[in-house]
Amino acid sequence: MIAIEVADLNVWRGDAHVLHGVEFSVARNEVTALLGRNGVGKSTTLLAMMGLLPAQGTIRIDATDAIATPTHLIAQGGVGYVPEDREVFASLTVAENFRLAERPNTEPRYEMVYSLFPDLYGRKEQAAGTLSGGQQQMLALGRVLLNPNKILLIDEPTKGLAPIIVEQVVEALAHAAEDATVLLVEQNLWVAGQLANDAVVLDQGQVVHSGPMDELINDSALAGRYLGVEVR
Amino acid sequence: MKRSSIFLFVVAAGLAVLPFVPIEVPLLFSGPFDTPGTLQVLSVALVLAGLAMSYDMIFGYTGLLSFGHALPFALGVYGTNLLMLEASIPYVLAAAITLGGVIVVSLVLGSVALRTSGVAFAMVTLAFAEAFSILVISDPLRFLGGEEGISLASEQVPDMFRRVVNTRNIYWLALAFTVFTFVVARVVVSSRAGRVFEAIRENEPRVEMMGLAPFPYKLASFTISSGLAALGGTVYLLAVRGANIGTTSADFTLSILVMVVLGGAGKLWGAAIGGFIYGILNLRLSTVATSNAIDNLPEWLSGPLSEPLFVLGVLFVILVMYAPGGLSSLATKPSFGRATRRS
Amino acid sequence: MSSFVLFTLTGLGLAGLYFLLASGLSLIFGLMSVLNLAHGAFFAAGGYTAWFVMDALDSVPIGLRFIVALLAAGLVGASAGAVIERVLVRRLYGQHVEQILLTIGLGMAAVALMGGWFSYDPRLLTQPDWFGDTTEIAGANVPNNRLLILGVAILFFIGLMTFLKRTRHGLIIRAGVENPSMVRALGIDVSRSFTIVFALGGLLAGVGGALGTVYFNGISPSLGTTQLIFAFIVVVIGGLGSIPGTALASVLVALTQIYVNNYLTSGLGSISVVVLLAGVLLVRPQGLLGKAAP
Repeated sequence: MIAIEVADLNVWRGDAHVLHGVEFSVARNEVTALLGRNGVGKSTTLLAMMGLLPAQGTIRIDATDAIATPTHLIAQGGVGYVPEDREVFASLTVAENFRLAERPNTEPRYEMVYSLFPDLYGRKEQAAGTLSGGQQQMLALGRVLLNPNKILLIDEPTKGLAPIIVEQVVEALAHAAEDATVLLVEQNLWVAGQLANDAVVLDQGQVVHSGPMDELINDSALAGRYLGVEVR
Repeated sequence: MKRSSIFLFVVAAGLAVLPFVPIEVPLLFSGPFDTPGTLQVLSVALVLAGLAMSYDMIFGYTGLLSFGHALPFALGVYGTNLLMLEASIPYVLAAAITLGGVIVVSLVLGSVALRTSGVAFAMVTLAFAEAFSILVISDPLRFLGGEEGISLASEQVPDMFRRVVNTRNIYWLALAFTVFTFVVARVVVSSRAGRVFEAIRENEPRVEMMGLAPFPYKLASFTISSGLAALGGTVYLLAVRGANIGTTSADFTLSILVMVVLGGAGKLWGAAIGGFIYGILNLRLSTVATSNAIDNLPEWLSGPLSEPLFVLGVLFVILVMYAPGGLSSLATKPSFGRATRRS
Repeated sequence: MSSFVLFTLTGLGLAGLYFLLASGLSLIFGLMSVLNLAHGAFFAAGGYTAWFVMDALDSVPIGLRFIVALLAAGLVGASAGAVIERVLVRRLYGQHVEQILLTIGLGMAAVALMGGWFSYDPRLLTQPDWFGDTTEIAGANVPNNRLLILGVAILFFIGLMTFLKRTRHGLIIRAGVENPSMVRALGIDVSRSFTIVFALGGLLAGVGGALGTVYFNGISPSLGTTQLIFAFIVVVIGGLGSIPGTALASVLVALTQIYVNNYLTSGLGSISVVVLLAGVLLVRPQGLLGKAAP
């Protein structure tokens, strides 16, 4: 069962042609890692999927044509997006950030969110801009977990975080992935390996490999070539 | 370049012989081209054409949305007249001193205003221009003429520009200013620095990444265009025979923007046409409006329709909505004006 | 001492007018990146509405009539704002320079329209006699209309802050000022808020225009444009998009203007405000309470 299908996706940012015919699919209720070096177009892919960048080609999320649909309707259709730099609303309190994410006719899952991130409970009235990087990441994740989203697009959730926080984030992501399809952009191959079933590798705006995550981890030549890392 | 030089020469020559052409354009002008009244309207329109080109350098080419371009123009008008009146300096010298002064003032104000960018830059330049306007209106030292303005200090003006019969000389001076502005602006925008101006407009961070500091280029563009505007002010002073509070106002500053967009930003000849048409319409529209069928309309309609700025404002809104490249894009091809491309 | 009290309260009254005009400008810019050059026309439209109501409804008791005039001015401003956003600004979404040009054209046409209808000579407002009387505060005889303007402005400040802090629309607007794309990515149609902010800005400016007609003792088409420039200065000094910054800068600008006019040289007050602006920009280009560089 396929939840997301991307085909012949071309995206320009300003006058730079960033994605050249990207093509991949994401299986339902699995975690797919979107990998590649810096600047190959991973974040651009997620932005295009949310309708935040003008794009050409095909993006199907469930039955929705994401290219022709405005961003807020894509989100209302059950898509949660955690952007690369968290983008919590700095001048709003933690509670207000959550309140903003509430959707009409949907019961917000505060209990679940606060049990995953107990840190945030005591900081409800604190301005989000004064939280630590890890806490902001939890807020950004909590914001999409508040609603029963079927699809989660998550961009580098562990970027710049201390190892102990990374573990907590991985735990939360594993919990989130139990009943959702996740497309995860991740630089940390260990994190991707922990969570993902499948991997899609981008290089210079094109998909250069896709297959099971294990296969990529075990193919050190492939990982070295496209990810610039030594595996183990 | 060659073809456009020939084009420029033909247009300039055509305009230069206009004072000898006894043809009447009904409705638009009160008399044939060889009458002083019509020549005065044309002189003002030519100065505005030059002013619009000078503004196009900073707005259309460098992408800086200045709302203060009336300031150097008004300083040119007031500075020259005051030097002639208060210090008894002859016109040409007064104009030269004023020009030097405006360049210094522009360097200072530009250095402050360019600490901001985008809309904040627009607001700050507007505030600077308005400060001068308020200064003139309140006139604390009683020599700026207040709301009445100051009439031309004729004694210091050379004979050839003095009497009504010499209106054609002023017309030629205005034409010379317009051609000079076109040539200077053309040389600047096609120079290496001019290409940096356009690069700043398209993508300022990239200019920085290439290792160039945008600030000196922006300041240069700001100062050169201010200098040309001040020069225009010295000619305008002769054309309207005095310093007029209207040239200092925020409305006038926005009118310059309207002229450039009307004609087409990022094209010098487009800006020139915009300024020229604006000048004629602004001076003549009220006469046109009261002279025909509009008079018979109900008062709630005829009142606004006889206001040139109402007609120009509505025309401008329609143009922005449906022909963002200005009139020059209608004449060539339906493309967006270069300066108005979304950032 | 008594003159100091008088000048301060007069300055705070003027600050109230600046705030009413500048807060809408700041919100519209913060949320939509649209610099609304037609905002001064909302102010003038509010002034003429108040003038018209005070003149036309002469059977209504004058105190009540003034309240009706204020409400009508706000309503006219809000409708004008909503219509302009819905019909025109929306169609140029994402093209910031075109949007500015559009509002310039609208402002130009609106001022000329009002000039054509009401002439360029100031129209005097029929006001309750009480407005012209004075109240003694700390030894100073303060004209009641100054206190009224200040009182109404404070009411609207509190109302605006409550709206922004306590309602969901307010929450969306505050978040949208910070990051409109992310608001959309949470499933919220920000463009609905665009109409709301434009209407809100028009409402505040319209009420400001009605009060301004009291403060300046009359209304002319260009009054809004003149005041708009001070509102710009307020917005830049306060920091684009910040309402508390706008409030603070309104007080700072108005007091500077009034003190300089009365203690130094009359006529220099407005110039000193521009000097203040230049000073703030040299030290803090993003404005007093603004966050990133605008």
